[in-house]
Amino acid sequence: MGHLYEKLTKDVRFVEGLKACLNCGTCTAICPAAAFYNYQPRIIVDILQSHDDEKIEALLKSETIWYCGECMSCVTRCPRGNAPGLLITALRSLSQESGYFVESEKGRQQLAIKRTVGEWILEYGYCLFPANILPELHPEQGPIWQWEHTNIEAVMERLGANYRQTGPGILRKIPRDALDEIRKIFDETGGTSRFEKIEEFSRKKADELGINLDESLNCDYIRHIYRVNEIDHTRSL
Amino acid sequence: MKVEGKRRIWKDYQKEIAGDNYFYVRSCVRQNFFPGSEKTFLRILQDELHKDIFENPSHTTCSGIGYHSDIVPFETTMTMIARQFALMTEAGYKNLATSCITSFGLYTEILETWHHFPDVEERIREHLKNATGREFKVPENLSHASDIIYKFRNEIADKGKYRLINHVTGKPLRGVEHIGCHYSKMFPAKGIGGAEYPYVLTGMIEEWGGEVIDYPERRHCCGFGFRQYLIQANRGYSIACSKKKFDSMRPYKPDFILTNCPGCPMFLDRWQYVISEMEGITYGENGFGIPVLTYEELAGLILGYNPWDLGLQVHQIPVEPLLDKIGILYDRSSKFLGKDGKFLGKPESPAYIKFS
Repeated sequence: MGHLYEKLTKDVRFVEGLKACLNCGTCTAICPAAAFYNYQPRIIVDILQSHDDEKIEALLKSETIWYCGECMSCVTRCPRGNAPGLLITALRSLSQESGYFVESEKGRQQLAIKRTVGEWILEYGYCLFPANILPELHPEQGPIWQWEHTNIEAVMERLGANYRQTGPGILRKIPRDALDEIRKIFDETGGTSRFEKIEEFSRKKADELGINLDESLNCDYIRHIYRVNEIDHTRSL
Repeated sequence: MKVEGKRRIWKDYQKEIAGDNYFYVRSCVRQNFFPGSEKTFLRILQDELHKDIFENPSHTTCSGIGYHSDIVPFETTMTMIARQFALMTEAGYKNLATSCITSFGLYTEILETWHHFPDVEERIREHLKNATGREFKVPENLSHASDIIYKFRNEIADKGKYRLINHVTGKPLRGVEHIGCHYSKMFPAKGIGGAEYPYVLTGMIEEWGGEVIDYPERRHCCGFGFRQYLIQANRGYSIACSKKKFDSMRPYKPDFILTNCPGCPMFLDRWQYVISEMEGITYGENGFGIPVLTYEELAGLILGYNPWDLGLQVHQIPVEPLLDKIGILYDRSSKFLGKDGKFLGKPESPAYIKFS
């Protein structure tokens, strides 16, 4: 048993997610990601139960583990009680902790998620905040979001929100002491350390690739990982 | 009455839903995109059903979107949720009501994890104590907000002003229901009707006079996929999933889509617009899309609430075709007014799909 496999066995999601796989392919048949990407959860589970550290390292550096949407449709259908979606969460955690995530195009995207959702959790106490959902970055939100975004305070007031105000209610201003508590939770439980690792490994990769990465969301590295697919990830029909 | 087929399967999966005294935790996505639904949930519970439901303004995100896009460790998310449990315990409540399906799925997963791995629960208790000084009891009852509306669907029908009946033809309106994946795909016993034949939304539609359409891709994901939507380069995955569902439901000509997850109504609404812009395809009648509703929005319509109080004006796909079929009387001219009656301007119309 190699050291990567051993690390995975310390993750309770790995213990819960991997019993014994008979390679029937039911998970792949039901998987929304397998319908779109060049992706087969069946193969991932098979690699994991091989205990082969070389193959696991290749998986942690691969595009493959980033294709899953974590919908967990596979969990319902597996006849042997495996949970490929849970195994993916364990693999992605290890890929980030070990720095392997920057070796794949899809893995490198983690920095953009950390810089947006991650920072918003700590700054606002919400995963999303309307002022930051910019219409130019979200053309799919359509003219209705453009209208709502332009009139956000009036729309929120019309719909009964307590937007950025004290007290209970929709999109209330979360009190400073509550935000301090969640920051301490991140410090205590490895959340802050995970964020730092995502930043650190991304910075090294940006230097290696010669692409500018600074503190802003608008720097070349972030714009690139947010917008560009350099290779074709989709399933061949 | 002999219960057979899918009805029998639904009956196999029942769960206890608390009847009163809820500690409410909100949804990040719904507060941003469907604030009227959360407002309506409280209005129905407090004003119509006279239930006690309490919100502590210091509760925060559970971090679920961060967790499922893998930037937040499981240990951190478990402790964030333990903090919500502590706020519930401190307020003297035992029944937790979650607005979000991602949260509901995570709360369920964490309680199951702690059940099987008590050492993990002990560790999280220590983390919470170290970080915040707080302690907690686990909830005696965990319900999603849609479970609660399902529980009171008969009372809502009794108080209702409208039914899901076409007021011209007298025939039941036909809807498709879309259940958020994390409602019961991981733990079928925690959802009304399980994972294959969930009854939570079907029960509402049937009780309120409508019919539910079965279609091939009924259980397919809407395509949120967390990182698959959050990153612009991945959104092909998201729209492909929704399109697969629209193409599958289209031959059945649904009058509406009903959802119980925060993200699903947004994606099923917005991707119809994008598909129309990209390919000129519209899925509803006469160049419109298929209206997509949350269960609170539908309950509010049944109860006769003003559609613009429910927040139906912030849908990209207009709901007016459904309102007209039910025979709801509403004021078209007040759709885009602020609280003070000031006109906020009209959103630009899309190129292909009808907006008004």
